Amino acid sequence: MKFTALQKKEERPLAGYKRFEAPGPAYIEDYLEVKDRQIPVIGTRLGFMDRLGAVKMRWGFGRSGYRVLPGVYAVGHPVPDSPVLVSANYKLSFDALRRELSGIAAWILVIDTKGVNVWCAAGKGSFGTAELASKLARTRLADLLSHRKLVLPQLAATGVSAPELAKGARFQAIWGPVMAKDLPAFLAAGMQKDKEMRLVPFGLRDRMAVAPVEFTQAAPFFGAALALSCLYALPGDAQWFGRFLGILGFSWGAILAACFAFPALLPVLPFRAFALKGALLGTAWGLCASALLGAPLLGAAGLALASAATVAFLAMGFTGASTFTSQRGATLEVERGLPWMLGALALALGLGLGSRLFGI
Amino acid sequence: MRTLYYLKNGESLELDSLHCTGCGACVDVCPHAVLVIGERAACDDEDDTPSSDEVARIVNRAACMECGACAKNCPVRAIKVESGVGCAQAIILGKLRGTAPDCDCAGGKSGSCC
Ligand code: SF4
Ligand code: SF4
Repeated sequence: MKFTALQKKEERPLAGYKRFEAPGPAYIEDYLEVKDRQIPVIGTRLGFMDRLGAVKMRWGFGRSGYRVLPGVYAVGHPVPDSPVLVSANYKLSFDALRRELSGIAAWILVIDTKGVNVWCAAGKGSFGTAELASKLARTRLADLLSHRKLVLPQLAATGVSAPELAKGARFQAIWGPVMAKDLPAFLAAGMQKDKEMRLVPFGLRDRMAVAPVEFTQAAPFFGAALALSCLYALPGDAQWFGRFLGILGFSWGAILAACFAFPALLPVLPFRAFALKGALLGTAWGLCASALLGAPLLGAAGLALASAATVAFLAMGFTGASTFTSQRGATLEVERGLPWMLGALALALGLGLGSRLFGI
Repeated sequence: MRTLYYLKNGESLELDSLHCTGCGACVDVCPHAVLVIGERAACDDEDDTPSSDEVARIVNRAACMECGACAKNCPVRAIKVESGVGCAQAIILGKLRGTAPDCDCAGGKSGSCC
C-alpha cells in the first residue's frame, strides 16, 4: 500500500521533459528542445489574467490551486552556461520572478513549496535543502548545465542550508537578492549584491500590500460585531435602528482601524509589542467614537476598552504579516496579552450594559 | 528606510567568533543587516588560536528576527539562534492544538518577494 502511494507521488509529472497538454498555462510561450527534452519557455510579461489572479489572491479568493507545476523552465534562450534561478511554485512568486527577466536568458527551477511563497515555505521547511535536492535529481538539471551553481532567493536561506546542499547535491548556492526586481542588476553585476538588496523592505507600500489579507482574515470579527450590535441596541423600539447603526459603525470602525490604520501607522506608534501599539490605537478610536456618538461616561469607558482589546488582538495578528518579528517575542506577546484582552473585553461588556441600563 | 524593532529580538543569537572563519555567509543571508565582517576583537584566552583575523560581528542585535538563516548557513556552525515563526496566529494555533507554532498562511508575508 505504502509503496504504491510512494510510487504515485514519484510519478507526478515535472515540467521540462514533455510538452504540456494543449492549451497549457498561458505563461508558456514556446518550447526549447534540448537533448530530446521539451523545456517550456516562459513569457516575461504578465497578462490580464495574471494580474487578476494576483488581486484575487490578495483579497483571499481562490488561494489554493494557484500553483505552478514544478520542474525546469527556460526564459529567453539559455545555454549550458546560463544561470539557474530557483523559484517557489506559488504563482505570485513565479510571476514576480518572470516579470523581471525580460532580455535575460536563464533556466528556472521551480520546486514544490505546496503553493506557498518563498519566505513562509522556507520557514516551514518545504522550501528546504531536501526538496531542492530531490528536484535537482528528478529534473536531471545538471544534464543541461556546464556549471553547478544555483541562484536562490535570499529569503529561502531559513530553509535551505548551502553547506548541506554542497555536500548532498554538489550544487553551490548563490544567494540572490531578496526582491525579484533586483535580479537584473544582481546578474549584470556578476552575481554581486549590495547591502540594500539583502534587506527586507517593510515600508508603507509593503505594509499596505498585506493589509487586504488581514482584512479578509478579520471577516469573523465583522460578523461577531454585527451580531453584538443587534443585541446591544435592544430593546426593539423605534430607536433600535439608530442605536444599532451607531454601535455597528463604532465596532466596524475599530476593525477597519486595525486592518488599515494600524499597518500604516506601525512605525510611529510607540511600544515594541504590536498588542500595545494596537491597544493605543484602539483606545484613541474608542474615545473618538464615543465623542461622535455622544456616549455617556460609563459607555465611553466601555467603548474605549472594547476597542482597545479588539484592535490589540488584531494588531497582534499582524506580526504574521510583518517582516521583523521573532517567535520568542510574539510568544511573549500572546502569553501576556491575551488575558488582558479577554479581561478588557469582559469589563467593556459590563460597562456597556451598565451604561445602557442606568444611562450613565 | 528606518529599522523596525521588536520584543526580545536577537536575544538568543550567539556567535562563536573563535571558530568563525569570516566567510561572510551569515552576512549574505541576513535580511536585517544584523551582522558584519570585521576585525576580530582582542582575544582574552591566549591558549585558543582563532581561525581567522576577520570574523563576523553582531552590530544590530535588536534588528534580529531570529529567523535562523545565518545559523543554517554557517559552514562551521559558529552561530546559534533559537529560530521560529514570529507570528501570533501560529503561536495561538499551536497552543490550541498543543503543537509547535505553525503558520497556515499562504499569502501574507512577502507577496511581492521572489
Ligand atoms: S537569525 Fe536571521 S535576522 Fe537574526 S542574525 Fe541570523 S539571519 Fe539575521
Ligand atoms: S557564516 Fe559562520 S564562519 Fe562564516 S562569517 Fe558567519 S559566523 Fe563566521
